[in-house]
Amino acid sequence: MSAVMPNTIKISPLKTLINREFSSYFATPVAYVFLVIFLVLSGFTTFWLGNWFEANQPSLTTFFQYHPWLYLVLMPAIAMRTWAEERNSGTIELLLTLPIELKHAVFAKFFAAWAFAGVALLLTMPMWVLVNYLGEPDNGVVFASYVGSWFMAGAFLAIGTCMSAATRSQVIAFVMTVVIGLLFMMFGFINLTGGTGWWVELIANLGFITHFNAIAKGVFDVRDLLYFLSVMAVFIYATMVIIEMKKAD
Amino acid sequence: MIKIKDVTKRYGEFLAVDELSFNVEPGEVLGFLGPNGAGKSTTMKMIAGFLAPSSGSISVCGFDIENEPMRAKQSIGYLPEGAPAYGEMTPNRFLQFIADVRGLSGDYRKQRLGAVVEQLGLKKVLEQPIETLSKGFKRRVGIAQAIVHDPKVLILDEPTDGLDPNQKHEVRNLISSMAKDKLIVVSTHILEEVHAVCTRAMVISNGKLLADETPDQFEARSRYFGAVSLRADAGEVDKVVAALESVQGVQSVERAKDGSVIALPKSGAALFDGISALLREQELNVRDLSVLRGRLDEVFRSITEQGARS
Repeated sequence: MSAVMPNTIKISPLKTLINREFSSYFATPVAYVFLVIFLVLSGFTTFWLGNWFEANQPSLTTFFQYHPWLYLVLMPAIAMRTWAEERNSGTIELLLTLPIELKHAVFAKFFAAWAFAGVALLLTMPMWVLVNYLGEPDNGVVFASYVGSWFMAGAFLAIGTCMSAATRSQVIAFVMTVVIGLLFMMFGFINLTGGTGWWVELIANLGFITHFNAIAKGVFDVRDLLYFLSVMAVFIYATMVIIEMKKAD
Repeated sequence: MIKIKDVTKRYGEFLAVDELSFNVEPGEVLGFLGPNGAGKSTTMKMIAGFLAPSSGSISVCGFDIENEPMRAKQSIGYLPEGAPAYGEMTPNRFLQFIADVRGLSGDYRKQRLGAVVEQLGLKKVLEQPIETLSKGFKRRVGIAQAIVHDPKVLILDEPTDGLDPNQKHEVRNLISSMAKDKLIVVSTHILEEVHAVCTRAMVISNGKLLADETPDQFEARSRYFGAVSLRADAGEVDKVVAALESVQGVQSVERAKDGSVIALPKSGAALFDGISALLREQELNVRDLSVLRGRLDEVFRSITEQGARS
């Protein structure tokens, strides 16, 4: 996070902002609906699509392998309201005339969304308990997969908050985020085209799945986390630029 | 104080504010008048630090809003148009949030929160989500957040818009009560408000400053200012009109639709004594004899229409 958190940040307004954003998720039933949907879908993909019990493997690979696809739809749903709603209700004017810096506001919104995704992910912990009860999984791999999954969620959310900043319509923000997210997913599949060369390698390396699968396999390379962090940093920066540009709209 | 120097704001091709310059001193309540789309809100957004001017400079309490935005914003309280607030929060949580972001702490925070809740009568609704409140209460919450840190400078964009007459009255009283130790800028298109709260009236149209004077001077621009209005019995109207036309200082005499007769003064002339003396002398029977104040809507129209033509 050091990339987006310059040392001039005063902790107190940032903490206040993050608190407000985070608790705003729980102010309406939407958060709870979202959490239930996330848990149901992750159970559905693991047990039904992934045939976890039949596979009879003491690991959570099946559980994690569907996360990119779950996030493709669910993370835009978390992120879509962040800025679009501020703009639509006019509170953006209130927020940005408080004695805070734009980067505080942008970072607080992103981080609150990311923390919310973290809560959703934590609520899948019974899976971890279950697999430990039924067998002896490699808990290091499970832990790495959780971390990787959370970082990937952050990348989706950074794209989402950026798209939300670009429009006052939450629907447009949602669709744009899904499209861009899908693009990042497709990058990972370029190897399937059979092409070779440095550019195929490059595009594949820009994909979410390439990096997520590397982490989920238990090959814990800091560069994979750095990749997701860079995606977040780029889109958080873009969010700031877009908000500054579109203030007058 | 606020210093605005040669401020221009363009949205693409559209010129919203055109070379605006003025200062406002503490103790002043500046009424910002103008038709919709005149550039009032844009100017206020620039003073509050939401929009940056395309050119020119704005300083608030000695801090340039672009170079030292944090310090300038600390001394400003701002009510954006429509009093936006986070609807899912309660006034209590919302005001606490604003107080925390503004760095209020300890006893002072508690005291200020208590004071604004008291001042704006928010006690009853403190724990209801803001989105469920009436328009009047939403506006009060918006004003409360603007004054919670007891700012030196208060910018209120249409604080009474959409309120019922009682609520308007309350908000005006509130503004007047805060006026002595603050600098307040209020935008409105309700002209009575100028007299009710302002010490200075400024008319802006198409982004240009067209008038900047006291409410009394503003009113005196009206051709009805100092005019004398009266009613006569139907049979005597013509005689009365003829008599009025003979009074010194009368520019012209108008018959209004409601049957009353109005004598308009030449600029600066006082008519009342002359007219009442003449009526007594000629033993004409009149009712409802009174001196008119200026008609603000008429002044406003003539200023802004002139501005539009030039």
